[in-house]
Amino acid sequence: MTHWIILPIVLPAILAPFFIMVIRHHLDLQRIFSVAGTLALVAITLGLMGQASTGEIEVYELGDWPAPFGIVLVLDRLSALMIALTTVLALAVLLYVIGTDWDKRGQHFHVLFQFQLMGLLGAFLTGDAFNLFVFFEVLLIASYGLMIHGGGGTRLRAGVQYVVYNLLGSTLFLFALGTLYAVTGTLNMADLAERVAALPADETALLRVGAVLLLLVFAIKAAVLPLHFWLPASYANAPMPVAALFAIMTKVGAYSIIRMYTLVFGPDVAITHGLVGDWLLPAALLTLAAGTIGVLGSRDIARLVAFSAIGSMGTLLIAISLFTPQATGAALYYVIHSTLATAMMFLVADLIVERRKGTISYAPPMPQSGLISTLFFIGAIALAGMPPLSGFIGKLLVMDAAWVVSQVWLIWGVILVTSLIVMIGFARAGSLIFWKSHDAALAQALVEERKPPEPSDEGPPPVSALPFVAVFALLAGLVALTVFAGPVTDYTAATAGQLFDRTDYIDAVLKRP
Amino acid sequence: MELLVASAVAILTASGVYLVLRQRTFPVIIGLSLLSYAVNVFLFATGRLALNMPPILTNHAIGYTDPIPQALVLTAIVISFGMTAVVVMIALSAFLTTQDDRIDMTDAAPDETTEGSETVPVTGDGA
Repeated sequence: MTHWIILPIVLPAILAPFFIMVIRHHLDLQRIFSVAGTLALVAITLGLMGQASTGEIEVYELGDWPAPFGIVLVLDRLSALMIALTTVLALAVLLYVIGTDWDKRGQHFHVLFQFQLMGLLGAFLTGDAFNLFVFFEVLLIASYGLMIHGGGGTRLRAGVQYVVYNLLGSTLFLFALGTLYAVTGTLNMADLAERVAALPADETALLRVGAVLLLLVFAIKAAVLPLHFWLPASYANAPMPVAALFAIMTKVGAYSIIRMYTLVFGPDVAITHGLVGDWLLPAALLTLAAGTIGVLGSRDIARLVAFSAIGSMGTLLIAISLFTPQATGAALYYVIHSTLATAMMFLVADLIVERRKGTISYAPPMPQSGLISTLFFIGAIALAGMPPLSGFIGKLLVMDAAWVVSQVWLIWGVILVTSLIVMIGFARAGSLIFWKSHDAALAQALVEERKPPEPSDEGPPPVSALPFVAVFALLAGLVALTVFAGPVTDYTAATAGQLFDRTDYIDAVLKRP
Repeated sequence: MELLVASAVAILTASGVYLVLRQRTFPVIIGLSLLSYAVNVFLFATGRLALNMPPILTNHAIGYTDPIPQALVLTAIVISFGMTAVVVMIALSAFLTTQDDRIDMTDAAPDETTEGSETVPVTGDGA
């Protein structure tokens, strides 16, 4: 048993109190340690991913208490993939935040950031349902602080909504866990899986209630219609780089659905058979449609990206709701793509909002308009799922996996039509923001309408290159995901295979030969 | 006893849900507290109700009460206490900034924002 698995949780948990107790007044030092810590996390998680890619399931028993009595951390292909994705995304967001001085606009950004990472990584690694709840709370309480970072009336009010909604979700989570415990007497996921499968059929009514309650909780996190209402207002009013980090938070919900409903309430468990997938598929289709309509109707860039995040969750959940190894493999590929693309688009949106207002309307041209418009264009291609970027491959994989159900044409239709609408929405926003501002007559009218800009002595303020480095890093990730689609799909297919072969996981956790 | 616990959970949950649906932050926060009390009592009951039993199995005890729900409740109490404190602080600062404690955002005008460029006005179709 190596101790590497616990490091992604312990390292941020040590760094954050260190920031607040020792170097709370030294932002430069905090930045250095925060970047160094996140770099170390990237290295550790990539190392763990290399270890997990052999197919071995590594189990870490906290306090050396054997499962199911103690809490275990489990490293399999799925959790390794998710933690590596989280830390890579976190590094890009952190560089962007430092480059744009977002961390100067409020207090304790780096502290909250590290706690957020701790919660995320813990949620992906844990093998215990109640421990999953605890890590959910850790990541949520850090996200409350990050969400209102920088203050401002609208942001604070959106923050209240976000917190209230998530507290309700947490309460529901506890009800669900209580129900499961009352029926099975355990909360260890592997043990749960065994006991659920062994339960006599006439005693399962309460268990099914628990399973559906738990699905509702994860659906809130994953912003599935009709439980998505918290997302547009929260993400659009949060600081944009924080929203970029939150791109992984909806994926925590998706991850939990994959984990619980393949391991515990798997497709071969008779009592909950069809209970989840049959409900999740229509909800996912509606989520995709609603997100897409929101993209078309948004009047500012932040809401536009927030709704496209909902849309991409819809596509992801369509793949998840099929619960076949092929579909889950496609879903995992789409998870990587959707996280990187959404985060990149939020960062591009921040570049725009920082230079002009975020509304999708005419405004005088902004500095670096050409570069930003190119990035916006590429991000829009990725999010709409057009070739040549990974969104296209992802959607293709999802649609190819949909042959197993009778509603295949409905799924194809919704995915293709929504792709078109997303494209129209982004094209409309992009041309209004970038092209109309170069319309000479219009620009002249705008200049006359407003007060002439005050003549500045030193020219435009110097622009840091670091934000663009961060955006290009995410873009490079998308390109790499496209170029190396073969190896990545091999990995995700192997991951799905491991997920649907539950005995390996259960035997590894419960220490059976 | 079972009836008492069950009706306590039911009444707390019903009142909590009613209060959460109110329009101002204070009743909503009270509602959240009631819901968290409800879930705490509910968690106790998940280990089955047992009177005057030790939480460990010994040779002398005639039975035992399940200790795990008690540990879960302790964790849940601590978390919900901390979360309530956070939501009170955020709601208070939102109220002090905007002079408005309504929880919906339909009337949030752009001029309510204290800072300009990075705060995006809400267009009115918020949750």
